Amino acid sequence: MLLNQFLVLGAVLFSIGVYGVIARRNAVLVLMSIELILNSVNINLLAFSLRSGTPDGHTFALYVIAVAAAEVGVGLAMVLLMYRNRRSIALDELAEMKG
Amino acid sequence: MVAADLLVAQNVGFYLIAAIMVIGALRVVTSNNVVHAALWLVVVLAGAAAQYVLLAAEFVAITQVLVYIGAVMVLFLFGTMLTRARIGAETDLNNKNWLLGVPVAVLMLATMVIALNDGFGNEQLPLDAAPVDTMAISDQIFGPYLLPFWALSFVLLAAVIGAIVLARKD
Amino acid sequence: MFAASSEAASAALTSGFFLENAWVIPVIPAVAFALIIFFGRRMPMKGSEFGILSMVASLVFSGGAIMQWIDRVNGAGEEQFIAPIVKTWTWWQSGGMEFGLGQHVDGLTLAVLGVVAFISTLVQIYSVEYLRGDRRYTHFFASLTLFSAGMMNMVVAENMIQLILGWEIMGLCSFMLIGHWWEEGANSRAALKAFFTTRTGDVGLLAGTSILFFAANDWTQKTLGVSGFSIRGLSAWALSGEPSHSAIVWGAAALFIAAIGKSGQFPLHTWLPDAMAGPTPVSSLLHSSTMVVAGVFLVARLYPVFFEGMDILGGSSNFIVIIGGITIVIAAALAFVQTDIKKVLAYSTVSQLGYMMMGLGAGAWLPAVFHIFTHAFFKACLFLGAGSISHSASHHSFEMKKDMGGLRKFMPVTFGTWVISTLALCGVFPFSGFFSKDEIIDNVGHNGYTLFMYVGLGGAFLTAAYMTRATYLTFFGEPRGAAAGEHHDDGHGDAHAAHDDHAHDDHGHHDHHDAHAAHDGHHGDSHGPHESPALITVPLVILATLAIGSGLLNAVPFGHSFENFTKWVEPRVEVISPTGLATVVGGPGASRPAAEEEGDGHSAEEGHHDSPCGKETPKDGVCVAPQLSHAEFKWSKAALSMIIVLLGMVISWVLCVQLYDRKNKALVGLTERNALLGRGYRFLVNKYYLDALYENVIVRGIAHPVSAAAYWVNQNVLDGAVNGAGNITRKVSGWVYRNVDQRVVDGTVNASGEAARGLGGFLRPVQSGKVNQYGALLFGTAAIGALVLVIINT
Repeated sequence: MLLNQFLVLGAVLFSIGVYGVIARRNAVLVLMSIELILNSVNINLLAFSLRSGTPDGHTFALYVIAVAAAEVGVGLAMVLLMYRNRRSIALDELAEMKG
Repeated sequence: MVAADLLVAQNVGFYLIAAIMVIGALRVVTSNNVVHAALWLVVVLAGAAAQYVLLAAEFVAITQVLVYIGAVMVLFLFGTMLTRARIGAETDLNNKNWLLGVPVAVLMLATMVIALNDGFGNEQLPLDAAPVDTMAISDQIFGPYLLPFWALSFVLLAAVIGAIVLARKD
Repeated sequence: MFAASSEAASAALTSGFFLENAWVIPVIPAVAFALIIFFGRRMPMKGSEFGILSMVASLVFSGGAIMQWIDRVNGAGEEQFIAPIVKTWTWWQSGGMEFGLGQHVDGLTLAVLGVVAFISTLVQIYSVEYLRGDRRYTHFFASLTLFSAGMMNMVVAENMIQLILGWEIMGLCSFMLIGHWWEEGANSRAALKAFFTTRTGDVGLLAGTSILFFAANDWTQKTLGVSGFSIRGLSAWALSGEPSHSAIVWGAAALFIAAIGKSGQFPLHTWLPDAMAGPTPVSSLLHSSTMVVAGVFLVARLYPVFFEGMDILGGSSNFIVIIGGITIVIAAALAFVQTDIKKVLAYSTVSQLGYMMMGLGAGAWLPAVFHIFTHAFFKACLFLGAGSISHSASHHSFEMKKDMGGLRKFMPVTFGTWVISTLALCGVFPFSGFFSKDEIIDNVGHNGYTLFMYVGLGGAFLTAAYMTRATYLTFFGEPRGAAAGEHHDDGHGDAHAAHDDHAHDDHGHHDHHDAHAAHDGHHGDSHGPHESPALITVPLVILATLAIGSGLLNAVPFGHSFENFTKWVEPRVEVISPTGLATVVGGPGASRPAAEEEGDGHSAEEGHHDSPCGKETPKDGVCVAPQLSHAEFKWSKAALSMIIVLLGMVISWVLCVQLYDRKNKALVGLTERNALLGRGYRFLVNKYYLDALYENVIVRGIAHPVSAAAYWVNQNVLDGAVNGAGNITRKVSGWVYRNVDQRVVDGTVNASGEAARGLGGFLRPVQSGKVNQYGALLFGTAAIGALVLVIINT
């Protein structure tokens, strides 16, 4: 197996996630796209960990998973709050800060 | 099985799973139905878990299944439900200028692929790598990475409290 | 993740469950704190039961540990080194540095631990009644319990990091407790002042700990196998002859600054009297017997470091003894001009802490530690007595001149305990203060600090005088103000009010000096002065009994068999082997270098053997305590100090009677008539202008000159330049206006305005407020940047 095939897979998932963050209007879908980005990072971490032969990458991958769980928790709480206040979770309606 | 056969099997496995993952990811960001998008995300995450196994990371793979597919996806579905998304297709899930995303994503992908090809070219991964055992990981977490572990516990605590405060009904 | 490693005693010494598990003692109240915070409000007694139970449990544990320690000492040989019971667990490690938690239990630890557990228990019981119905009752008990946990943690600390942990917990809790009634501005200001003043000193603690760690760590790791934070490591290092002079001097000086801040020593003592704004049980616990002792304890704990760093017994005065001596006198003088009974006690505490510091600075380690022990009992009793008066007699006022007087008839128990504690504080013969304070003065003189011995005697005179004044104003003479029932219209106090010929200002006066008025449960004690209920008097009686009895633990005048405290607490000075701190092979005596024959002059008069510790580099081992000597007790010296104390009392009594009762024309208003006395009085009332110094000179002194200089520059330089330039400009501008302005500038300005508007209009859509577009910009820019880097590098 090539190292590069894992890295390119990570890059593809990352780009798709970025597209999702930019294109999606629904806040829950944006959060899902962020999950895609985080997973692509994990694939990279594990691939490099296998390459270097140390378990450090595994540790970081686990930390990333934990942070992602926290992020989803807080993110969805914010989405709920948004929904309660505006009856909508469309991100482009949240434009009070515009210049 | 000789090493070469194993190699072929692994490669076939990898490309199969990778293809499913890419398709799944594309459906996540293009689907017109929030619930479908969430289910496609499950496919991608499960594929990622399979890739972790190929990368000799069994413990991380199991954690991925338990935490992501188990807990995080349930959270997503709850979030979808509580925000009364229509179960079914919706038309306004994308931004008006969603097309902006395409060039940005393509540009990023191109940059990364160029850089990766340039940097790692045809480098092989070790074939005979034994799975990293969980004890080594725990030694890492509670050894040199103890401080980040503590910081992470505080992050989780803050997230729990923050989520409660944000979502409370008063 | 916790690997236990026990370095317990050598085989010959006994130990026991309580000694081995002394680390549990601070853990119990810490757990109780959590219980109070989470479940306190739902409990039938609002959480106070957790606090009291944890204190009782700690008391039982410390009592058991003390009994077992006494067994251990009694079972050992006459001159055998009694190894402390040390345990450590790794708390965390980072970059090769290990931080441990554990216990370091020896006589000093147990003496202070016992006092803290005991006083905390009594104060908590007392608080149940005193704060009944308070709106933050549960939180009060939570802070009180956590405070005790902090102090106990500091006392059992195995290393400096653990000690700092306890130290800081105490600082935080004292802030919360002093500001308990924060609705009044004065209280929260006092809390902030206490916090910031002690923090100023805490900088020294951190700095000193770091200096000592970096200086000592290599040696302690190599010789003892412990880190440079550990207390026994630092002690041994200080006496090893190894440390460089500058390292130990700076380390000790920095640590002493922390002790000055925490123990209210001279330049940083100003916070302690203000801290009386807290509820009285808090004053009693924190600011008389435990927290302020922390600084003294720090010096006693790391005594070898200070011994070497400050050159104690080096023949000349050192920093510690000077600060202690100054504190004794200035604080005692301040106590004379106070009208608030708690402030008298506060300054008295400062002054007594000065005695402890002076004792430590002059090599009188044991008497100073013994003074911590006895002082805790009688000072706690005095504070609780003051609280009892305000609770039941003076309608929550602490003003002696306005709201007290003649209370001995109404409060016999409070009066009796007060008098006993006052006599103990003054150091009258059979009471406990005599055995500790007199020993300090005696040993200070014995060790060659003659000047400071006289300072100590003068301090004893002042102490006797101001305590007599406070006693007179409170308990004798005619009832005044609230003590005469003046605040009540139920007719109960009218008989006394008739006697009251003072022009008394109206009802409102007492709200601003009375922190207590803020608390909501003004319960039914509005029936004139009366004795306090049993929950208050029982702790008073117990403490008063100890104020008499505790001195007998180390009654030097009665001969060696009464010197139990010395035997149990003072470290045996031996050269010990570095491994496990056991005595060096060959037994005591055999390993002692013969070079010690000539000795020092003052240690010869002792029956005690002599050890090289603290004088020269120990051979074949390490020392953990310096060799100190004890003065021999002489009745003649004791009689001298007794006469001084009695003189102080009598003079003060006579003056009080003349001044407050008879209104002697020659004395009343003397300070107004005599310019010199008046100036002195004002100097004292303004607390030596130290507060003004800190606020006006140091705080504003930095801000004011800067702003003044800026103002001057503004007025003179800039204005002048502006005016001058203005004149020239006016002339030039006429020409310019006609030629340049109309043609060139206007055109440019208009053009740039247009450009800015255009650019703004161009950039405005970017600030759309839409998250997705921001994301697109972020990722797009990052991608372009990365692409540029890739292209450059390939």
